[in-house]
Amino acid sequence: MSPAQWDLPPELCCRPMAFVALTGLDVVYNAVHRAIWDAFCANRRADRVPISFKVLPGDHEYPKCRTKRTSYEWYIPKGILKTGWMNKHLNLVPALVVLFYELDWDEPQWKEKQSECATKVEIVRTSLQGRNTKVAVVLIQKKTPLPPGEDVMASERAAALCNACDLSGKSLFVLPHTDHLVGYIIRLENAFYEHAQTYYYTEIRRVKSHKEFLNKTTHQLLFVRHQFKTAFFSELKQDTQNALKYYRAAYSLIHELRTHETNILEIKTMAGFINYKICRLCFQHNTPLDAIAQFRKHIDLCKKKIGSAELAFEHAAWMSKQFQYFGDLFDEAIKLGLTAIQTQNPGFYYQQAAHYAQERKRLAFQLCGGPEANLGYPAPDPLETPTGILDFYGQRAWRQGHQSIDPPDPEKEKGGILALQGREKEVPHSELIIALLSNAVAQFKKYKCPRMKSRLMVQMGEEYYHTKDYAKALKLLDYVMCDYRTERWWGLLTSILGTALRCSYLMAQVKDYVSYSMELVGRASMLREDQKSRIQKNVAKVLKNEPPEAEPDCDPSAVKAAQALWNERGSQASGEDLILEVQDSVPFVQCKARFLHPSFHLDVPVQLHVFLLTDSPHPVRFSKLCVSLSNQDYNQYCVVDSLGQAPAQEDMCLVPGRTHRYSFRFVARPEDVGKKIEITGVDLMLGSENGRCIFLNWRGGGGDAASSHEALQATRSFKRRGRLPENEVDWDTVSIQASTMIISRVPRISVQLHHEPPALNNEMYCMMVTIQSHEDIVARDLKLTAGLKPGQDANLSHTTHVTLDGSKMCDDSHRALLPDIPMGDLQPQEKMEKPLSIRCSTTGPRIFLVHVAYTVDTCIEGRDIVCKCHKDETVTIETVVPFEVAVKFVSTKFEHLEHVFVDVPFLLMTDILSMSPWPLHLVTSELQLAPTMAAVDQPASQVEEVVLQTGESASECFCLTCPPVHHGTTGVASGQYVMSWKRKSANATIPVVNTVITLPHVAVETIPLYVHADLPSFGRVRESLPVKYHIQNRTAIVQEVEMSVEPSDAFMFSGLKQVRLRILPGTEQDMLYNFYPLMAGYQMLPLLNINLLRLPAVSGQLLRRFLPSRIFIKVTFNGPANSGIETAAKLACWLHLHLFLEQMLFPM
Amino acid sequence: MMTMLGGEPFLLVSKQEQQNYPLYIRSVPSDSELKFHYTVHTSLDVVEEKVSAVGKVIVDQRELYLGLLYPTEDYKVYGYVTNSKVKFVIVVDSSNTSLRDNEIRSMFRKLHNSFTDVMCNPFYNPGDPIQSKVFDSMVSSMMVQTC
Repeated sequence: MSPAQWDLPPELCCRPMAFVALTGLDVVYNAVHRAIWDAFCANRRADRVPISFKVLPGDHEYPKCRTKRTSYEWYIPKGILKTGWMNKHLNLVPALVVLFYELDWDEPQWKEKQSECATKVEIVRTSLQGRNTKVAVVLIQKKTPLPPGEDVMASERAAALCNACDLSGKSLFVLPHTDHLVGYIIRLENAFYEHAQTYYYTEIRRVKSHKEFLNKTTHQLLFVRHQFKTAFFSELKQDTQNALKYYRAAYSLIHELRTHETNILEIKTMAGFINYKICRLCFQHNTPLDAIAQFRKHIDLCKKKIGSAELAFEHAAWMSKQFQYFGDLFDEAIKLGLTAIQTQNPGFYYQQAAHYAQERKRLAFQLCGGPEANLGYPAPDPLETPTGILDFYGQRAWRQGHQSIDPPDPEKEKGGILALQGREKEVPHSELIIALLSNAVAQFKKYKCPRMKSRLMVQMGEEYYHTKDYAKALKLLDYVMCDYRTERWWGLLTSILGTALRCSYLMAQVKDYVSYSMELVGRASMLREDQKSRIQKNVAKVLKNEPPEAEPDCDPSAVKAAQALWNERGSQASGEDLILEVQDSVPFVQCKARFLHPSFHLDVPVQLHVFLLTDSPHPVRFSKLCVSLSNQDYNQYCVVDSLGQAPAQEDMCLVPGRTHRYSFRFVARPEDVGKKIEITGVDLMLGSENGRCIFLNWRGGGGDAASSHEALQATRSFKRRGRLPENEVDWDTVSIQASTMIISRVPRISVQLHHEPPALNNEMYCMMVTIQSHEDIVARDLKLTAGLKPGQDANLSHTTHVTLDGSKMCDDSHRALLPDIPMGDLQPQEKMEKPLSIRCSTTGPRIFLVHVAYTVDTCIEGRDIVCKCHKDETVTIETVVPFEVAVKFVSTKFEHLEHVFVDVPFLLMTDILSMSPWPLHLVTSELQLAPTMAAVDQPASQVEEVVLQTGESASECFCLTCPPVHHGTTGVASGQYVMSWKRKSANATIPVVNTVITLPHVAVETIPLYVHADLPSFGRVRESLPVKYHIQNRTAIVQEVEMSVEPSDAFMFSGLKQVRLRILPGTEQDMLYNFYPLMAGYQMLPLLNINLLRLPAVSGQLLRRFLPSRIFIKVTFNGPANSGIETAAKLACWLHLHLFLEQMLFPM
Repeated sequence: MMTMLGGEPFLLVSKQEQQNYPLYIRSVPSDSELKFHYTVHTSLDVVEEKVSAVGKVIVDQRELYLGLLYPTEDYKVYGYVTNSKVKFVIVVDSSNTSLRDNEIRSMFRKLHNSFTDVMCNPFYNPGDPIQSKVFDSMVSSMMVQTC
């Protein structure tokens, strides 16, 4: 028996295909035959019929068919299935033998050839005596055959040939050797396939026919055998559905067999075969759940069928193989398109196979003894058989064919078992286990099971450890360790670390040994205190360059080798430095480093604390502690060692559970101002120069794989810890602060800003910067940076201008920020002032920055350094509009105008409303008229030197006319209104701000007739009041005008009461009336009606708007009432004013 | 039989910070205790997958019981996850046929209730290993019942 005895035979695992033998082909020397053979067997794609072809010589001897049994009455079967049976039907007994023969229909020597062919057929037939194998003849012809029925000779000769060879017409084929060889071949093989199917069908019938002769008592094995054969033939026939049915039947029959120790192996072997076939077919039929169910059933049925206790490892081996083969089938099905899931994938089966392989190993060790145990192999090998192979599957070589309950010869049985045990010892169990585990790992990786993968890798590592391949073991264990560490499964981590420690001990790997030891001693380890103590003592030995004690449970021979290695290491490597990165593990010393503050001023020493805590059972002595900083110049100040400042000895010894603090301080360099100083690492040296030095290195400010979670839990916890002694620190309260900022010295100057916010739009806003020194020494190189703070809206920098020269208006050439204005030195307590002028041309808030920088020379801890200091002041200034200007057009009667008339005077009124919180000084104003406007008289500013308080307003009024415009123009520009102003509080040097207001456009209309009146400002009762009306024709044609004056109660009048007159183009007609007021007071003038006969659209109503409608009539004073005259004059004046106001307030 | 709680303490809700360290782990004393620990640890693969699947398709949110996690030859592993993503895993012997889905469900419910009591203890810091006599005795009684 070979070590591969548990492997399934290849003929079971292959896909059975109909076997067709081809004879009469000389594939070596005959090119035509070679081509035919190639066409049969080369490039068989899936769409070709499943036939396995074989070329055999014409006189090949097929396996002899045994004489058919006529009765089973006295027949006792010796086993279930013969080992050669499957191979016989796959490769030896063909379903069809095809004889190839070169013969054309027009062959001249037809008779001779025909008989030769018949002879060859006869030879084949004789060889197949007793079998149902079909024979067919293929004639290889050089000529292309004619369509059937046309070649008379062909059909005649074909019939003759069939007759001579005793063939049916269906078994004779013609193969013309022409261009379309492959096409002919495919047609041929389809025909062969049909013949083969018929053959297998008859075989199935033949096997089934035995059934009636069988009885249940003696022929139980035959029931299984026949079902298996039927199923196998069905498979050959490619009838997989029926094959599955027969295999299932066979499977249930096999479990009906009586099992006892002597046949249990045979039953299991055959059950395994049949189960394999069933699962395979289920996967093939795409019913994976059936396959899984069958397999589970199989395992459940067979799990307990262990058989001989002395050969228990055989059962484990068999179980392992069952799982492995199912895994293979599953995996193969997946490759063909089946989808597996996380909880049902081949990995589980490989894992279980590995599990049984481990079990096998354990049992083998237990039953066969260790490698040194010698059982003595029996002298004539009981496992040898005369033929070298067994007759039946699953039987014992020393008692083949034996089917009764008890072994025939107990002595032989004993020898056989001994031989099997001896063989088992040769089996490389670990290799098998590792192969299976790695298969499983690959599967679990695919199906998202990282933890399962890790677990299997641990098992692989342990298996490698058992095979003494420590390097591989360590590699695997090291790889998965961090997964368990990040998941915080300390129990599992401890177990892995234990194995890893043994590996590193046995290889004498100092670095790994120390690193694993430190973690096993540390707080993440679940080891007992005494074990921790032992490991820590071993570490101490390593540090002294002595070999450590062996780990328990190590192989004694390996320990011996390891001790030699350790001694060798010890002699070579004195003073060797080992650097261990402990950040990613959980070592027995914890470290936290922190700067005392997140930032330090340059003139203050930087302070740094390193906290160390050990959780080992014994105190830990270290010989050096150093901190590396991002600027390495400072490293020299951050060292604790026995040479330097010679700290007390107890400081160098870490007591378990107590937090130790080490303080460092140093003065930062001025060039580091504004930079970050980071702790890049902390190194703790264990051991000594004359022994072995081991550096524990923490990157950054310390901490390890477990510390962040611990810190989090500590912050959550509200447990009150006991009060600690004065100089001790609670570890959990320490947080890591791995970086600090060096910032400049605190400035000791004051910067004050004097100004009057808000700023007014466009003014030169004054801000006085007052700098006063509170330094004890001279502040040198004072520099002022002032202006708009950078980083605000980009538009602000375009609309803000800053200057030191307040006497001139800023323009766009001035910048928004004035950098580094040199200010010279400042003596202690000296004060300095600097005026700034700012012009903001848009409204809204702005942040201004005043930055004063200077240098001072100071001395810190005996070191002279030049400190740069600076002081920043920022201020937000709002810019507001100083005043608003409203402009309106009114008629001379102060009536609101929608549009003005050409050459008719009107008024332009401006209202200036102060919005400024500060008094505004209006210096002057100016009206800049557009060419389309003309002033009636010389316009002069009426608001010159006016001061407006908040909310006050000032008005101006200008009388303007509009010269004629081009026909069709509707609106004309009016011009600009310029205000010149400044703050009332601004001194004389501050420039005046000119604010330009663009006047609105105004609509212009022409009028055909213009009327205006000349009349005194008042009249007196019973005194003549002359009134002259001017009527102007502004058209280019003669206008006929009808005029009438309506009578009035208040006036008598003389003049033309009703008249019709003509006015020439461009001329003016004057009408003079003498009104004679009858009543005093405010009187309506007699109404003047004007009608333009040619232009009825121009109504009197419109024209009347140009005329005054009322007049004030005074009382006449008769006689000596001089004193009264004055009063009356005053009254008149008052009334006049009243009139004026009335007209303004109530325009008609 | 063994029972265990692994999971993130309820204060951590963020998925990124999902943690899977054991809060409580207990098994019938045996040689293969380590093997049980591995079994529970590997079962978290399936728990995580199931929990993330729940997040994708909003199935009945109140269903905390995850059912049989995966089959092994010797043990059956059941899972349960609370709304705060604390996971419970129960491993029972495959041969123990008296425990069906309903019994397991009720065991989980009992565990959950008891765990809630632990969490309600103001002196318990969520995320710390559970050290509660009441919880211990509840688990013990449950283990006695099933063995």
